[in-house]
Amino acid sequence: MTTYLAAASTATIRGITLSLFLVFVIVTLAITVWASRQTRDATDFYAGGRSFSGFQNGMAIGGDYMSAASFLGIAGIIALNGYDGFLYSIGFLVAWLVALLLVAELLRNSGKYTMADVLAFRMRQAPVRTAAAVSTVTVSIFYLLAQMVGAGALMALLLGIKPGQTFLGMDANTAKVATIILIGALMITYVTVGGMKGTTYVQIVKAFLLMIGAFVMTVLVLAAFKFNLSSLLGEAAAESGKGTNFLNPGTVYGKEVAGDSLQTFYNKIDLLSLGIALVLGTAGLPHILIRFYTVPNSKAARKSVVWAIGIIGTFYLMTLALGFGAAALVGGEAIKAQNPGGNTAAPQLAQALGERYLGGDIGGATFLAVIAAVAFATILAVVAGLTLASSSSLSHDFYANVVKKGQTSERQEVVVARISAFAIGAVSIVLGIWAKDLNVAFLVALAFAVAASGNLPAILYSLFWRRFNTSGAVWAIYGGLISAVTLVFFSPVVSGAANSMFPKQDWQWFPLSNPGIISIPLGFLCGWLGTVLSREPADEEKYAELEVRALTGAGAH
Amino acid sequence: MSTETSPARTGSYTEVQQSPEFSALRRALRSFVFPMTVAFFSWYALYVVLSAYARDFMATKVVGNINIALVFGLLQFVSTFLIAWWYERYATRRLEPEADRLRDKVENGAAQ
Repeated sequence: MTTYLAAASTATIRGITLSLFLVFVIVTLAITVWASRQTRDATDFYAGGRSFSGFQNGMAIGGDYMSAASFLGIAGIIALNGYDGFLYSIGFLVAWLVALLLVAELLRNSGKYTMADVLAFRMRQAPVRTAAAVSTVTVSIFYLLAQMVGAGALMALLLGIKPGQTFLGMDANTAKVATIILIGALMITYVTVGGMKGTTYVQIVKAFLLMIGAFVMTVLVLAAFKFNLSSLLGEAAAESGKGTNFLNPGTVYGKEVAGDSLQTFYNKIDLLSLGIALVLGTAGLPHILIRFYTVPNSKAARKSVVWAIGIIGTFYLMTLALGFGAAALVGGEAIKAQNPGGNTAAPQLAQALGERYLGGDIGGATFLAVIAAVAFATILAVVAGLTLASSSSLSHDFYANVVKKGQTSERQEVVVARISAFAIGAVSIVLGIWAKDLNVAFLVALAFAVAASGNLPAILYSLFWRRFNTSGAVWAIYGGLISAVTLVFFSPVVSGAANSMFPKQDWQWFPLSNPGIISIPLGFLCGWLGTVLSREPADEEKYAELEVRALTGAGAH
Repeated sequence: MSTETSPARTGSYTEVQQSPEFSALRRALRSFVFPMTVAFFSWYALYVVLSAYARDFMATKVVGNINIALVFGLLQFVSTFLIAWWYERYATRRLEPEADRLRDKVENGAAQ
């Protein structure tokens, strides 16, 4: 019913999208320059001076967490496949309870700048910090790569560059490369110039824009169905071409394959595996963990998680309306015609709503452009957070505490952190361009699986298990990391299937796309085995210090 | 803001850790967060397992086009919000006063 980017409005949409995007870039760069003047020491650079309030940090956590994958991706899955997209958002939300109950306050009290501050607290510094830096950089690069490749594809789509056409002299391919370079350059600038303060404000602004945008769209969708959820669902199911199955679980995850009971069995285990990784991964993601250091104390850290749960939960409830709204008002066929993965469902819905409520092609074009610009703001805030997390870890964990063995000044550390941000940015630009046409959407789920398999066991054992020692920490991190990555490498998402990253090769033998159900227990097992097999006794005095500091906030940075 | 720990302070950390007040604080924290973690994880696992293996049950219509799967999913949101609110209240009332008292003890003990 809605022709996306009709020729007449293409120029308008491009003009408005680019102008709004430019406004966002100028505003955030101004904030970044302002933040750089407020950044004097390492605490400012790594932790934003620990000056943010619980609410501000809650917003920033939302800005860090609600990626393009969750805005465009989940709305798209719901629009094309119905109910199953909801499964994803529930895992992403419930996960915050792990962070709230077990991690946030204790980490804030006992750590300084990075995840490894807590892991290495009572251990030998070099091996634990090296492992933590390896894991942090790996998780962040996976996540970054998925965001950047997504951004490239999105830009080509949103600007409506079809095969054979050009825009500003660029064809779709050049536009993808240009977008990846632009996003990379901006994230490097935010991080190197603005540090944690600049990055945090970028995330707050983005969270605000995203929530407003999603809220307006949700209200308009519901209004179109007279605020009757049942008729929205009915219309969505009717327009989807899938009938009532559209409203039931099982269209994408845990699919039942008629006549192939083995494949059905694997699919269902795969769903459980995904569910576990989603719920346990969040509290092990380094770019999320370092956000807890930006507030003055553990009380504020706890409040920021409570705010984040409210903000993120509300957002996921809205994506439910957006996804079903797109199915009902745009229709599955029109969405698939634009992008088979459904990533343009939310922008297409914006266009349909604009035509309906603002009037005509121009109304549609305007609203589409606004939502497209919000989507880019979303991507930028997330990639900046990831770049900051990996550069902090390279500098504070690896350079300062492994290479220099703690004998360096904080000033020197910050210089190295800025150089690392450049390096990480450059590497992700190169990898992003190399992978721009590959299906790398699985990398987000892989980042969650690695975080849940390696980082989370190490963090929980560190905080709660008296006997845990250096060898246990190293085993847990590498065991979880290596098992998750290896299993995925031999899974159908990398090779051996039509929608693999390398569809023409086939070295697949592991039947599940999500390794969590094996790699997470393996990570916990490795941490336990490494501890009990090592002769190194746990440092009782340091554990006393860690426990007292973590629970009371004594001596907190 | 002192950041480094001296051996004297380490001694006081061990003392505090072995005090009955600290044991009570640790018990108060763990007796809330451990059972609650088991509870929300089981509740979430039940939802995922039903989504995978009880499709007919999940597809049962409740009102109009709203089925059990949707209600179950929305209840996961409700339980997450409630647990967050409950923990915030518990931490403010039960954990924080005792934690603050012990922190003062450690920090003033160290400044002797």
